[in-house]
Amino acid sequence: MAAEQLAHPPGLETSRDRHTSFGAPGPLGTGIALLWLSLIVLVPLAFLFAKALEASPSQMWDEVSNGPALAALLLTVGAALIVALINAVVGTITAWVLVRDDFFGKPVINALIDLPFAIPTVVAGLVLLVIYGPDSPVGINVSFTRWAVLLALLFVTLPFVVRAVQPVLIELDREMEEAAASLGASSGATFRRIVLPNLLPAIASGAALAFARAVGEFGSLVLITGSIPNKTEVMSVLIFKNIENDLPEAAAVLSVELLLISILVLLALRLLGRKRR
Amino acid sequence: MIVPSWARLSLRTFVLIYLAILLLAPVGLIFYRTFEPGLGAVWDSITTPEAKSAFWLTIKITLIAVPLNTIFGVLLALILERKQFRGKALLNTIIDLPFAISPVVIGLSLLLVYSINEPVGGWLADRGIRVMFSMPGMVLATMFVIVPFVVREVAPVLDEVGDEQEQAAATLGASGWQSFWRITLPSIRWGVAYGVVLSTARAIGEFGAVSVVSGKLVGKTQTLTLLVGERYGNFDVHGAYVASGLLALIALVTLLAMTLINPRREHA
Repeated sequence: MAAEQLAHPPGLETSRDRHTSFGAPGPLGTGIALLWLSLIVLVPLAFLFAKALEASPSQMWDEVSNGPALAALLLTVGAALIVALINAVVGTITAWVLVRDDFFGKPVINALIDLPFAIPTVVAGLVLLVIYGPDSPVGINVSFTRWAVLLALLFVTLPFVVRAVQPVLIELDREMEEAAASLGASSGATFRRIVLPNLLPAIASGAALAFARAVGEFGSLVLITGSIPNKTEVMSVLIFKNIENDLPEAAAVLSVELLLISILVLLALRLLGRKRR
Repeated sequence: MIVPSWARLSLRTFVLIYLAILLLAPVGLIFYRTFEPGLGAVWDSITTPEAKSAFWLTIKITLIAVPLNTIFGVLLALILERKQFRGKALLNTIIDLPFAISPVVIGLSLLLVYSINEPVGGWLADRGIRVMFSMPGMVLATMFVIVPFVVREVAPVLDEVGDEQEQAAATLGASGWQSFWRITLPSIRWGVAYGVVLSTARAIGEFGAVSVVSGKLVGKTQTLTLLVGERYGNFDVHGAYVASGLLALIALVTLLAMTLINPRREHA
């Protein structure tokens, strides 16, 4: 905001300085839209928090600190962190290859990167199970192990970092790199000192999105992980089990715990985004 | 950056192998497994009464949730981009919430409002309105999940095109509606189209939230994704492959639509 105000000194009115721009919805439209958003999103979440708060503090502590719940939390957050890190590295390399390299079939590969966004999560789980499950044609069976959690999460989060880094890499001024090279920098040094610092904000926001997605993932994990308590059971699956067993209070407490983690990540993401501007 | 050709080649090979192992081989194999027993078996599997009812329920939910979400998505994008008000950051965060919330938690939240064991759901049930374990609940779950898609595609386009044209229209005496239909909507149409494609794919593919609120009544509240889970659970593995193959096909069509719309969206 401060930067915008500096760019447009007072007296020079632009559309951004006015209270309301042209083409804005009237009070009725605004009211209906906000009411709709509240009914769809906020009211259900308020009921979730209310349910969680029905539990006494000691009950809450029991729900989040019992063996399977603690194991699920550690697995969920740990796997999400690993997945975010792998994505940060491999996603950046993928984006680089897609922007700077040229090979036969590149447009097709580029389009297929988005497939994990388009494919239903339960199908993603089954797709992985077909090739890396008990009937694997290549003899690799990871089903019902923690490797399956990692594999499924890597599948569903594949596009985030690639799609965050790609546009930045396309816009990146190549003259800086050429200058570095002409001054005798090796390609490794050019990458570390010129390219990487420019890409870092995009890599971080892509990885944070992948983390948030991995923390809440459900559909791709139910079939291939077997949801074994203390071993392959993640938070979302544990919450689902509590719902099925008619324990809405326990499910609500665990949901709020998971939600708070997601909100922290979202806030961190906002701060990173603000730094970029 | 001048990259030696051996490095370029090894990076390319690494990326292609990674994508092949994680993405291409698995998706390719599911199509192979689907059609392995022959087209007749596939046809039988997608024309069972359960499969047909799952297909039509998925279509119905999508046809209600996506248009409503598109209208409100455009409205919210206009509010975010064309109005100045306190709490804009808060509104932005609320719109992004569905991205950050587990689908299971979304389903549970709706269950806690509309289940007949809860006050609101009980009150509605006394008046003969059933939301949980029936279509309204599944539509609500789908709408919650897809809230951000249209807003996040349209808002940047609105920011890009600015409001000079609407300003000109207003000085020439156009009403708010005229200016929306003739100027705003045409300039954001590819952004809207992209958002509609993304939210349709997500609506068809939603599993976690819908599986909590559906009650999984076979032939009544079963969508295509729930059918995949149910068939796999009942050891009808080929049936699960076929339903998955169908959904993967829909995903590929979605990708094609995205690829076709993307360049137009960027040069709007």
